[in-house]
Amino acid sequence: MALSSAFRASPKTGVVGISRLSKNWLLARAATVYVETLRNIPLLLQLLFWYKAVLSVLPGPRQGYWLPLSINLSNRGLTMPRPIIGEGFEIVLSTVPVAVVLTWVMARWAKRRQIATGQPFPVFRASLGLIIGLPLAVFLVLGAPLSFEFPELKGFNFVGGMVIHPELTAMLFGISLYTATYIAETVRAGILAVSTGQSEAAFSLGLRPSQTMRLIVVPQAMRVIIPPLTSQYLNLTKNSSLALAIGYPDLVAVFAGSTLNITGHAIEVIAITMAVYLALSLVTAALMNWFNARVALVER
Amino acid sequence: MNRIETDTVFVRRDFLEPEAPPPSLGGVPGWVRKNLFSSPLNIVVSLTMLFLLVWLLPPLIRWLFVDAVWTGTNREACLPKNGETMGACWAFVNAKLAQFTFGSYPADQRWRPSLVMIGFFLGLAWVAIPKMPRRREGVWFMLTAFPVLTFWLLYGGLGLPIVETPNWGGLLVTLVVAISGIVASLPLGILLALGRRSKLPFIKIVSVVFIEVWRGVPLITVLFMASVMLPLFLPTGVNFDKLLRALIGVALFTGAYMAETIRGGLQAIPKGQYEGAASLGLGYWQSMRLIILPQALKIVIPGIVNSFISLFKDTSLVMIIGLYDLLGSIQRNFSDASWSTPSIAPTGLIFAAAVFWVFCFSMSRYSMYMERKLNTGRKR
Repeated sequence: MALSSAFRASPKTGVVGISRLSKNWLLARAATVYVETLRNIPLLLQLLFWYKAVLSVLPGPRQGYWLPLSINLSNRGLTMPRPIIGEGFEIVLSTVPVAVVLTWVMARWAKRRQIATGQPFPVFRASLGLIIGLPLAVFLVLGAPLSFEFPELKGFNFVGGMVIHPELTAMLFGISLYTATYIAETVRAGILAVSTGQSEAAFSLGLRPSQTMRLIVVPQAMRVIIPPLTSQYLNLTKNSSLALAIGYPDLVAVFAGSTLNITGHAIEVIAITMAVYLALSLVTAALMNWFNARVALVER
Repeated sequence: MNRIETDTVFVRRDFLEPEAPPPSLGGVPGWVRKNLFSSPLNIVVSLTMLFLLVWLLPPLIRWLFVDAVWTGTNREACLPKNGETMGACWAFVNAKLAQFTFGSYPADQRWRPSLVMIGFFLGLAWVAIPKMPRRREGVWFMLTAFPVLTFWLLYGGLGLPIVETPNWGGLLVTLVVAISGIVASLPLGILLALGRRSKLPFIKIVSVVFIEVWRGVPLITVLFMASVMLPLFLPTGVNFDKLLRALIGVALFTGAYMAETIRGGLQAIPKGQYEGAASLGLGYWQSMRLIILPQALKIVIPGIVNSFISLFKDTSLVMIIGLYDLLGSIQRNFSDASWSTPSIAPTGLIFAAAVFWVFCFSMSRYSMYMERKLNTGRKR
């Protein structure tokens, strides 16, 4: 639960964080309004809003909204095509790690060549091509062993496809939009913390804006970003317990609801719930501390 | 000097007026060009944003204001009639406003919480606006006499009829939980932060364990513990108030977060300050009170206010353990049969969101203002 939200929140937030610094006035203002509105409203309220005010008043499956890729949004939740894995799809999947290893080898070779001859090699584009292209090529060679089962209206509901229930949809919407505002602010603060002299010096060395961002600004900003980002991920883990309020069976609900009712050992159950969260938090914190130690400035 | 006056040398005495920039760079077109259409990417971004605005804003404004129902006494007002579209049902908020503010506080006693709220906001203005006279006395009044007066007015006794806490509700409970949480967590946080940096191993270990445990669990389980578990540990017959239990849970929880924020400030104080205080012959508590804490707290004001803001937002969680705060009392009214229409849920939740937003946003702006004001000698 928390993990999927974290994956959804992260890329979006980087974009929002940078948008607020954009030279484009309209984009910067829109990002500011988004961040300042959503982060000042309790998460629980936002979850209730998505659940009670948006998803429950959506029309039924017959009148639901059709989005591209035959995804349907109705009061039954988000219905989308279900992938059906055919013969040999595992081979396609197994090429992904191969591509990653190849990319790593290529990056090392490119770096050595650049140090030796001074000639750069478009590592990013090549690795993108490798990681996407290789599995795709194998996929096509094997005759596209993947098909989709499309949702179809039969009677009053959908048949086929896979459904993300309204509770989970509200949860995903709410948590990722809310956490995004916080991470966006963290990213913005991190980028602002890198003094303008750094990017000016990079420009004067002849680096392009994209190179400046990638090679000069982001590595330095990461040092500032990582510690607060850790606590944001911890918050996200703990916030997922709010799913209880809109009736999604997350950890708290499973333990404190079902197990409590069945066993009747209240104290033990709540204690176990708290212990599991504590363990999750400590593990996340340990991982992020390890990552932080790797990017931290090495001093004296 | 003489030469200049006698010789007929032309010396210009004033500067030329600068010429106006070309029309394409100045004024509105120039601004638009610079800020919206400076590069191909920017053109695409601007057009996308404009499209989104045009697509999203008019329906939103129509729903919120134009099609909204402003007056009415029951659900008839907000029911869509013969196919026309209906907007927000503000009549519902209007009719239930007293309940959203005071919960089921007896109607003839509602002057008491009103008085407390007015007094609180006046006192807050006295303490918070830097130009006010006698602010120090104001702080002491707000921290000592005001809570006692508040308790007497809200709960009753000594001539006033007693109103039990289950009857409190709405914004009143939100404010009570938030403010007592803020007032209790700050000293607790300071003590825990000092304890975590203490040289005495026992105190240090106790503080570290306390802080890490409270920070590692979600508030919701803390509230569950407080409302469901705590009574099981108490001897039979001893029963204390549900609201009070929630208050204690919230205060301990926020105290742990506050401790970490303040510890950051303590770590930012150079060692020379501690040594300087010691060399002046100040004891531990004196040097903390007079030298270290004033500087440390000043540095972490943004962090402290952030904790206050998240505490204020977290007060909405008491709804889950069955206390009727602002969100809880709005939520409870969704099932009121005399008002049930499709539009009351969005309307009520947007109203709650607006109230929370006003409080949190003004807190964050105030902290930014204080940060600038207190930023003496640390400007870069």
